[in-house]
Amino acid sequence: MTENQPSADQRKANPLLKFLGRLGPAYALLVVVGLFSVLDHQFGSQSFFSARNARVIANSAALVAVPAMGMTMIIIAGGIDLSAGTALTLCGTALALAFRDYTVPVGAEDATYWVVCALAVGLGVGIACGLINGLIIALAEIVPFIVTLGTMTIFLGIGQVIASESTVYPETEHLPDWMRYLCYTGSNSDRYWFDWLHVPSSALIAIVLGIGVAMLMHFTVFGRNMVAIGSNPATARLCGIRVGMTTVAVYAFAGIFVAAGALLYFANVKNGNPSDGTGKELEIIAAVVLGGGSLSGGRGSVFGTVVGALIIKTIGSGCTMLSIPNTYTHIIIGVIIIIAVLIDGLRSGKPKWLFDRLR
Amino acid sequence: MSSLLEVTDVSKRFGPTRALDQVCLKAESGRVLALIGENGAGKSTLLKVLSGAHRCDSGWMMLDGKPYSPSGPIDAKNRGVAIVYQELTLAPDLSIEDNLMLGRSGTGLGTLVRGVQRRRVREAMRRVGLGHLSPAARTGDQSIATCQLIEVARALISDAKIILLDEPTSSLPAADVDRLFEIIGQLRERGLAIIYISHFLEEVRRVADDYAVLRDGQSVGEGSLSDISDDQIISLMVGRDVNDLFPHVPHEVGMPRLTLKNVSSSPAPVDVSLRIHEGEIFGVAGLVGAGRTELLRCLYALEPSYQGHVQLEGRSLPHRVGARRREGFGLLSEDRKSEGLAQTLSVTENICMGNHRRFSTLGIVKLGARKAETERLIRQVEVKASSGDQIVSELSGGNQQKVAFARLLAQNADIYLLDEPTKGIDVGTKAEIYRMIGELAASGRTVVFVSSYLPELLSVCDRIGVMSRGRMTEIRKAKDWTEEDLMAAAVG
Repeated sequence: MTENQPSADQRKANPLLKFLGRLGPAYALLVVVGLFSVLDHQFGSQSFFSARNARVIANSAALVAVPAMGMTMIIIAGGIDLSAGTALTLCGTALALAFRDYTVPVGAEDATYWVVCALAVGLGVGIACGLINGLIIALAEIVPFIVTLGTMTIFLGIGQVIASESTVYPETEHLPDWMRYLCYTGSNSDRYWFDWLHVPSSALIAIVLGIGVAMLMHFTVFGRNMVAIGSNPATARLCGIRVGMTTVAVYAFAGIFVAAGALLYFANVKNGNPSDGTGKELEIIAAVVLGGGSLSGGRGSVFGTVVGALIIKTIGSGCTMLSIPNTYTHIIIGVIIIIAVLIDGLRSGKPKWLFDRLR
Repeated sequence: MSSLLEVTDVSKRFGPTRALDQVCLKAESGRVLALIGENGAGKSTLLKVLSGAHRCDSGWMMLDGKPYSPSGPIDAKNRGVAIVYQELTLAPDLSIEDNLMLGRSGTGLGTLVRGVQRRRVREAMRRVGLGHLSPAARTGDQSIATCQLIEVARALISDAKIILLDEPTSSLPAADVDRLFEIIGQLRERGLAIIYISHFLEEVRRVADDYAVLRDGQSVGEGSLSDISDDQIISLMVGRDVNDLFPHVPHEVGMPRLTLKNVSSSPAPVDVSLRIHEGEIFGVAGLVGAGRTELLRCLYALEPSYQGHVQLEGRSLPHRVGARRREGFGLLSEDRKSEGLAQTLSVTENICMGNHRRFSTLGIVKLGARKAETERLIRQVEVKASSGDQIVSELSGGNQQKVAFARLLAQNADIYLLDEPTKGIDVGTKAEIYRMIGELAASGRTVVFVSSYLPELLSVCDRIGVMSRGRMTEIRKAKDWTEEDLMAAAVG
């Protein structure tokens, strides 16, 4: 039966090409950076391509990328979380409240203890939000889009209730130094975690968390099960994977990243405004999608998501440098998202002349 | 006289598989051409090329003396080639009239002229023998047979010259088959050319004038049905000795392993009791809907609950898929596409799905061990894939089934619940699967083999039980059954 021998060489891709193919979104980032560098050099303030601006972009991208890592897992597992934005600011508000009402000035007795408590509150709220989403989706078997559409406004409302419909301002002296400068992007090297490495602490956190999630997805049974339920839940069920349980775990796990994102966000603005989160979920989802995540599940990568967040923030920064009004920036980002996904689809699917699809 | 449709040297490849290899075909007006071939012989692909759903890679087609290369289904329809697919393509929530006019409802500015349309709809419905139905009736409320006829009516309304019927009787009761054949006869009288796909020879004899046989994507014979015997057609279809088709692996039936006592669920199975042994291949025959699939899913605990007892070597089992799997149960789903395999994932990922426990410690997957094991399995079941990283949807049906099989082997299951394991795969792969099933039994595994294809049950199984309306009505040794007996028991 020679014809049934596995023909290994048939379509064996060159490993280098395969590796380069996986870098897909990174090319888009390079293009965006190159484009804005040139444009800014010609028409702008000539400060786009600078170390300082790179730090600013890295910091703001980290604020999106960290919660987007949780979203990446959810999307790979075939779900979606529209409540990520308001859950994030609910967490941030809870954190701000905890700092305002319970912590003591830095240096006072038990200061560290209270800081840890406040952080635990933030983390707890994040996981609780994810757990609520996951449980409703798994138990009631309602599609994630609807469930999280509901919890999105619920979390917004809860945030407004606990903050008495205003912004919560904790005392700055209550914040420990590491937190105060978590999102620092200035030129004073003492403010960074490693004074020889001028990289915002927020970006370092994002990198560490990103590596962690990538390893989780790649090397653990939990990660592989996530891909399985996202690709085809019926098959996963057939293979004995507990689909409901895994779903709940994924959402709860993503809650940790919402909480981490909330911590970064709080450290950045030093206050808690429950209404800030509206619309953030779309930016987070956009980062995942730009990074190659498929909303039909089973596909996505943390690396891509981080690059996606960088693309969005680079465009934002570039537009600012070129004095393009905010309103136009929105339009540009929207166009880029659609084009990126279109190119991705053409790359992976059968190449077909676009207008053929209308026929 | 030249034929209405002439197909010359048409070839079509899907990746490494050659679905059609220089196929030639002629269809005449006023005649019914039977396109015969085993599953995977390329019949459906040829049909899709004819109806414009696929484009052929090479070769040419002539329709009515003019070159014919449809750019899509609509183009094909406009040229007068209509197709009735095996899976019905009607929108259940629309009325019959709306379904008939789908895709062609516009008159000039896209407006509907109901009066004119209604007349054409009634005429078409009358011609397929549905004159008694209201065109406004909801399509989803009609029987499968009626839906099939609505599809034919849809072909008529598009002024088709050629109607392609893809195994139209596979889901029809006998009385409706008669009605369909009557209508096919009438259409032939009107001078339409009909291409009828089937692998039921008796049906072909009743309805067709000419035949064309495909095997492994090639034309291996054509002519008038009056000039050829059934045996000759079969040898054309199969192209090899029947002994090669059902390789027999000697195995010993051992101690009882699996005991079912009054297992019932809603709607099926109903009160099934039986005992299956080590090293036994137990066949389950019956009509589609007799409860065979449901029985397997009960055994695998995929259905929410059932009454009665399932015991493994005297022990009762908890009702959870995971627990069943740990006890050695493995299920091969009949629905490869939507359940059996995650089509968007790689071969490796599919083989390992649910089996990661074997390649991991404390939840961390050992990628090296996983790779080695999947490569071994891919070689063992002879999956034709470029590598373990190839996406499953790119493989042929037979190879996909082998991947699903490899997953059971990776699980190291003891009790194999196989639901139509050879559905939609080619003859060669079928033989390989029979051999694997035989080898499993030889190594003391238990196999429960559900199939609608009686010859394979009769030659592969040790015992065969027949299910009818959810009940296991009769169990005999395989050698004590004949196809006729099995059929009689299934409809009884």
